[in-house]
Amino acid sequence: MAYDLNMRLWRGDQDGGELADYTVEVSEGEVVLDAIHRVQATQAGDLAVRWNCKAGKCGSCSAEVNGRPRLLCMTRLSDFDPTETITVTPMRTFPVIRDLVTDVSYNYEKARELPSFAPPPRDADGKRRMAQIDVERGQEFRKCIECFLCQNTCHVVRDHEDNKPAFAGPRFFLRYAELDMHPLDTHDRRQLAQGAAGIGMCNITKCCTEVCPEHIKITDNAIIPMKERVADRKYDPLVWLGNKIGIRNKDNDGRSEL
Amino acid sequence: MSDRHPMTGNEMSGSERGGLERHSYDVVVIGAGGAGLRAAIAAHDAGARTAIVCKSLLGKAHTVMAEGGIAAAMGNRWPEDNWEVHFRDTMRGGKMLNNWRMAQLHAQEAPERVQELEDWGALFDRTEDGLISQRDFGGHRYARLAHVGDRTGLEMIRTLQQRAVALGIDVFMECTVTELLKEGGSISGAFGYWRETGRFVVFDAPSVVLATGGIGKSFKVTSNSWEYTGDGHALALRAGASLINMEFVQFHPTGMVWPPSVKGLLVTESVRGDGGILKNSEGKRFMFDYIPEFFKAETADTEEEADRWYDDKKNNRRPPELLPRDEVARAINSEIKAGRGTPHGGIYLDIASRRSPEYIRKRLPSMYHQFKELADVDITQEPMEIGPTCHYVMGGVEVDADTELSGVTGLYAVGECSGGMHGSNRLGGNSLSDLLVFGRRAGEAAASYAEGLGGQRPSVSEDDVKAAEQAALAPFESEGGENPYSIQQDLQQSMNDLVGIIRTGQELSRSLEEIEAFKGRAGKLSVEGHRQYNPGWHLALDLRNMLLVSECIAKAALAREESRGGHTRDDFPMTSDSWGTKNLVLRLNAAGDGVDLAEQPLPVMPEDLQTYFESK
Repeated sequence: MAYDLNMRLWRGDQDGGELADYTVEVSEGEVVLDAIHRVQATQAGDLAVRWNCKAGKCGSCSAEVNGRPRLLCMTRLSDFDPTETITVTPMRTFPVIRDLVTDVSYNYEKARELPSFAPPPRDADGKRRMAQIDVERGQEFRKCIECFLCQNTCHVVRDHEDNKPAFAGPRFFLRYAELDMHPLDTHDRRQLAQGAAGIGMCNITKCCTEVCPEHIKITDNAIIPMKERVADRKYDPLVWLGNKIGIRNKDNDGRSEL
Repeated sequence: MSDRHPMTGNEMSGSERGGLERHSYDVVVIGAGGAGLRAAIAAHDAGARTAIVCKSLLGKAHTVMAEGGIAAAMGNRWPEDNWEVHFRDTMRGGKMLNNWRMAQLHAQEAPERVQELEDWGALFDRTEDGLISQRDFGGHRYARLAHVGDRTGLEMIRTLQQRAVALGIDVFMECTVTELLKEGGSISGAFGYWRETGRFVVFDAPSVVLATGGIGKSFKVTSNSWEYTGDGHALALRAGASLINMEFVQFHPTGMVWPPSVKGLLVTESVRGDGGILKNSEGKRFMFDYIPEFFKAETADTEEEADRWYDDKKNNRRPPELLPRDEVARAINSEIKAGRGTPHGGIYLDIASRRSPEYIRKRLPSMYHQFKELADVDITQEPMEIGPTCHYVMGGVEVDADTELSGVTGLYAVGECSGGMHGSNRLGGNSLSDLLVFGRRAGEAAASYAEGLGGQRPSVSEDDVKAAEQAALAPFESEGGENPYSIQQDLQQSMNDLVGIIRTGQELSRSLEEIEAFKGRAGKLSVEGHRQYNPGWHLALDLRNMLLVSECIAKAALAREESRGGHTRDDFPMTSDSWGTKNLVLRLNAAGDGVDLAEQPLPVMPEDLQTYFESK
């Protein structure tokens, strides 16, 4: 079932580059990363591509396949017609280092701006107790493999370098939501989510959810609830009413604001 | 501080002029998986100025691939469980070749290390009363693995990563260490290069903690990622430290066998822990034919008893599918060899006929996803095809059990790149707890040693730095040589064929000859392009480590004339009592181009601990 695949791979660095044509033999069951590795091993030993687990678990091999943000290791060749040329380019939102590798340090900077989990003391027996149903909300967000495809595709920063300083991006809204919904956390990060992280700039077009390889419902389950919680804090008459009749969530009760 | 980016160093371009980048720390941790991160956190907490240096981006290390869970006798499901039972299971799983003190410390300290992760934000699955849930795994008497679905490793690395970031520990990402530097017999620092720019970096530091993981990339069929090239093992050897137990390589019983591009990819043991069974092409549940004498008393011998065990552990014995990994891998290998394999050369792992689709998707979400997306198989409807895959090396740097100090002053080793803890075979779940327990111990010991030195630190020799630079640039020197990828592929094939799951003296001798030939070829290879993010160059440097470590494995495997744990000799199929009291130790030879092997007595367990293994 082997056939010759035509590929166009972006080669270059921060000073510029171009798409280069390669023809490489591929076989049944292979993914785009296999084809790139074969190009590397047989035709272009110095072709730069970032990867680790090759199993969709580490989130290293993010790139754009025919313009669509994907993990190279989870993009099967059988999704394409054998005669189709597959074009692979680096993620567009981040500066290119070389070939398909980009400088994703923006994300690591944003991670450092986020105050971490702050638990109360443990129970008397040295353990902590939480209900499964309560941890499940956060667990969905902690499936995130930090491939940064959501950050890459988010139009707030994709072609707007100037928004980067004020905007943490979907990956970190997940983290804000995770901590806000954590049954034990004692901090209230809503003001930070609104201010420093810029959650208000998101206009819920759901592009991030669409490209998430872990199928996390980023917009519906993290961003929208987080926006509601921010609004709640900012005093919304409807929320006031909800408070009165007892249908408001109580996740932020007893927390100290950061 | 140079003009590098505070977190990643990514600001420097390859074309930028300027000399060597230098940094000074108390403790440098090489590797950012579970062990490295835990060591760095401990060193930082002890007051040391600490840096983490890792080959990949932060949060991508191989720990992320761990699926099943963290073994710790917390007693949340079974109050009968305690460290003594865990200790006994670990020693028996390792066929009594473990360093008893490491196994003891590990069993005693694992529960607090897991609890600590929760303090730092980990969200484990819960029991009905809200405690951390624990699941069944091979070789563990009680349900003992703290878990998050089947992505426990991701939870662990993300928790430790977020902790390290919160503490403000410096991280040098995509930075590879190629040499350790010494003054006299003591560590003075480390030399490496930025993958991004190819620029060289020197770390001045009296303490170095190796946490570089394993060696799986020397084998063709493996669950390991590209990083697993035995860097820590080789760095330690070249610095003068010794390795033990290198003949013991764990072949995980269940790796994917199809499609070819994912051959070797791990299928978690949790599938069996949660009720999955193994069947051959005739539909027979064959593990009942492979129960060894050593585990007969505690293993069910009928399907009825095995199936009852999941709900009633007191009155029933464990299913044979949950024997330690070495036993199951050998059984699968035998079935395939006997012609009872599946169309793609594996055997069947079936959970579809045993549990509801909802249960499977809930307990094994990553496995469901992995098979669906990579193999077009719905594991809630049909069995998986699986076969053994190179997964873990029990052998590694010989260390002191309490401090993880190697034979070289200032050099520590933790996690997979250290040896002794798991003896001849590691139980599933004991790896993640190993990383935490000994990571913390090493970090504290490394910080304390650095502090104790005061101002009297060993210094880095400029001649050594020059030599390290020359060695790193050597692959660019020759032109028209072979490319490193083809040598790596041949090495992987050779190790798979000759030093695999079943070994013979003849094949091992041949593998040593082949390794010598690969060394010759590697000495003449050439790489194209320049120093900036050049995978060909990176592989050429890693290849030296792979060859040295492969030689260790083959040499020790040839010397050990018995079968035990992760070492099976077709020509010596029995376990031998005299070999049961010996470790094989490897050191760099005088010429520096290979390794020497010696026998060494196994540390003897104190009498009070020996009683755990009598009469039971």
